[in-house]
Amino acid sequence: MTEVLVYVDHVDGAVRKPTLELLTLARRLGDPVAVHLGPGVETAAPVLAEHGATRVLTVDAAEFADYLVVPKVDALRAAYDAVQPAAVLLPSSVEGKEIGARLAVRIGSGIITDAVDVEAGDGGTAQGEASGGGPVTTQAVFAAAFTTRSRVSRGTPVITVKPNSAAPETAPVESAVEQLTVGFGESAAGTKVVGRTPRESTGRPELTEAAIVVSGGRGVNGAENFHIIEALADSLGAAVGASRAAVDAGWYPHSHQVGQTGKTVSPQLYIAAGISGAIQHRAGMQTSKTIVAVNKDNEAPIFDLVDYGVVGDLFEVVPQLTEEVKARKG
Amino acid sequence: MSLRIVVCVKYVPDATGDRHFSDDLTTDREAVDGLLSELDEYAVEQALQISEAADDAEITVLTVGPEDARDALRKGLSMGADKAVHVEDDDLHGTDVMGTSLVLAKAVEHIGYDLVVCGMASTDGTMGVLPAILAERLGVPQVTQLSAVAVADGKVTGRRDGDAASEQLEAALPAVVSVTDQSGEARYPSFKGIMAAKKKPVENLDLDDLGIDAEEVGLAGAWTKVEDAAERPPRTAGTIVKDEGEGGKQLAGFLAGQKFI
Repeated sequence: MTEVLVYVDHVDGAVRKPTLELLTLARRLGDPVAVHLGPGVETAAPVLAEHGATRVLTVDAAEFADYLVVPKVDALRAAYDAVQPAAVLLPSSVEGKEIGARLAVRIGSGIITDAVDVEAGDGGTAQGEASGGGPVTTQAVFAAAFTTRSRVSRGTPVITVKPNSAAPETAPVESAVEQLTVGFGESAAGTKVVGRTPRESTGRPELTEAAIVVSGGRGVNGAENFHIIEALADSLGAAVGASRAAVDAGWYPHSHQVGQTGKTVSPQLYIAAGISGAIQHRAGMQTSKTIVAVNKDNEAPIFDLVDYGVVGDLFEVVPQLTEEVKARKG
Repeated sequence: MSLRIVVCVKYVPDATGDRHFSDDLTTDREAVDGLLSELDEYAVEQALQISEAADDAEITVLTVGPEDARDALRKGLSMGADKAVHVEDDDLHGTDVMGTSLVLAKAVEHIGYDLVVCGMASTDGTMGVLPAILAERLGVPQVTQLSAVAVADGKVTGRRDGDAASEQLEAALPAVVSVTDQSGEARYPSFKGIMAAKKKPVENLDLDDLGIDAEEVGLAGAWTKVEDAAERPPRTAGTIVKDEGEGGKQLAGFLAGQKFI
């Protein structure tokens, strides 16, 4: 029986959507075995089982919250040793990538990050041997100007997958919750987390997970004007993004930055207001399904990407759009 | 004793250029001019600030790359680093993150270090995992993806802004840190800095010097393989309208037609 380890991203047991996407992709490669670290497994396990996790391996320890990354690597390694999986999938978050990378070094395996698709190899199994039968990943590279397909050529493939890479599908199974035993290594306590300030919730969808994203750029011309962008986002149930120019100017928090050094988004609909479309920004949004833009410069490069563009003043066009959306939605 | 800082930097094709792959599916480094990865400028800047706050410090900029990669080192020296180390070897062509991290780990140990500073990711590979792998290989703490960093009393502290929370981190030296583009604007090299850089020492090393077998690196030694690469087809040209007072309504009409409203 081929099993695939899936690292669960959760907040106190509330499983985040990218993990459900991972389970969906993992089922193409074998039986998903979820690894749940920290509290809340009783909340998470039914959700994981509903999405096809045949087993849930879990352990809770103070080390996971008290120290950075390494205790989780120790635990995932223990799960790896116990399961001997054909592949390991993690979400492409900062932490997910770091955990995956350190695990890969320890088990002598190659790592592929930021995959947007994962398919079983031609051998029909996920064994990542040099025979070439291992899973094939798709990545968007060079600011999404190219699409590459890659394989891990040594060891057990470790793959991190970007949010929104698959639609989560339910596949209910009887799932067993098993306790994982972890001995933390010397390096586990190397980096102490001495303080933690949770981010305030905006009540809007998560930027990387949202079906619709409305972003503002230099043209918004001040933090005090971002409410125009937020109002449009709220009328559509969308997340709010910002270009690097807007973030660097201090108009909107960096956690909302879309682009090479911020978030990569791939929503059904991306609305860019007052954003010229520099390469830095395009890298983070050009795989969006439908793109529309409002910009007063008819030569802005963003118009090369759009399905629909309005050349005009965003302070006129965006509020009118918001009103019209509200009117049509009744 | 002097605080020994090593900044790992990468020479990359200009991200604003028209980047392509070579026939062997490695990054084409010929068609587009190379430069110091923009995100590594932040690493050099933070190293300089840490050095300025210390009683006594020495900054080495380190790169692994072809002959032209010396430009990246020169930029680091111009900004104010004290010396440079360039690992160059024909057998390195096509090395992946596992091989590069191995070479960097050996080179960092060769140089001697209290603190290794990296950027958050390269602008070409964009993986962002090298600092974590380097820490794993060196067996020292990783204090990564920091938007603020400081060193005092043999400890490095920093702030890591994650999706769910902002974390305050602390680790004893020696350690590996990486800094984001939120850590503070990088300085421009001064004329004086550019002139001084020409006299600063650059040490050249190859794989033999570091005791690394050619089989462990290069395209053949990579633990991952790119099977194919295809240029994304250009998006089909969209409809562009000029706002004559009804632009918002027209846009709403389009969105309704696409079933978004």
